[in-house]
Amino acid sequence: MRPEILAYIAVMALVTYLIRLLPLTLIRRKITNRYIRSFLYYVPYATLSAMTFPAILSSTGSMFSAALGFAAALFLAFRGKSLLLVAVCASAVVLVCELLLPLLPL
Amino acid sequence: MLTKAQNFRAGLRDGLPICFGYFAVSFAFGIQAAGIGLSIPEAAVISAANLTSAGQFAALGIIAAGASYLELAFTQLVINLRYFLMSCALSQRLAPEMRFAHWFGIAYGMTDEIFAVSCSRPAPLSPYYSYGLIAAAVPGWVLGTTLGAAAGNILPSVLTNALGIALYGMFIAIVVPPAKENRVVAGVAVLSMIVSAVFTFAPYLKTISSGFRIILVTLLVAGGAAWLFPIPDKPVKEDDHAA
Repeated sequence: MRPEILAYIAVMALVTYLIRLLPLTLIRRKITNRYIRSFLYYVPYATLSAMTFPAILSSTGSMFSAALGFAAALFLAFRGKSLLLVAVCASAVVLVCELLLPLLPL
Repeated sequence: MLTKAQNFRAGLRDGLPICFGYFAVSFAFGIQAAGIGLSIPEAAVISAANLTSAGQFAALGIIAAGASYLELAFTQLVINLRYFLMSCALSQRLAPEMRFAHWFGIAYGMTDEIFAVSCSRPAPLSPYYSYGLIAAAVPGWVLGTTLGAAAGNILPSVLTNALGIALYGMFIAIVVPPAKENRVVAGVAVLSMIVSAVFTFAPYLKTISSGFRIILVTLLVAGGAAWLFPIPDKPVKEDDHAA
């Protein structure tokens, strides 16, 4: 392992870790401000949704298989299925779709 | 009240989809790391020490170019600033009497995916649940990196393609149930997707990096929702599945 590479790794790991650690150490008690509490309540849903779409459409080999996997995940999530089941089924739909797609006479 | 062991096991179980998804993503990272001339241990150490996808991919270009430490630090700061918001949100879900030493463990595992799953747990969040998630997710991330760097072509692409959607499937499974019960949460989710798509494709806006795009969308949509639909001032009891 080369020292100059280790130094790069140390710099990036330190910056990333501090970003993650500081809020936990600085915000030590429940926030009482109603606006900030409401904002933090909505943060996960906004962040997760923004990370999912449209990135999900380019997460597989083709937009078609990704769209089918997306639809499958939405359907199962609406039925209240577990995280693991939704993730595995979305992957399975993509896998089957990409295996079958080249066989279709398009 | 669950015991530490029960919380840890629940974390391990809920961390499994993260493990699979991480394997696929870090496999691709390992291939790229080997591509710029990093050794297998170097690639594995980057993954174990950072645990961040976009930041690590960006770092490869910087390391390959032999750029300065300052540039590397600044890039990581911009790309990973979203973790700052996530830690702020998560700080409100920890028990006030929790030992402060747990901050350091929880902070290590503050990734998009672990944060997401943590938010689907009833508050207060047990640090042992976080450790369970970390114990499931980190091996997937490091092993994927190692195998990708060692032998990038052992997995057929059709399989890595299928695994690529796993993490997004998990995100959807986290957002949909609370969105079904709370119309504001549903509105936040749909609007965030629309705004995110606009930022991804619209001229000028599309030049914004993906890490920064997520921060902007979150500030706009969650900020707007908090202003228009503030949550009740005195919560009767802790919400079961919300942040």
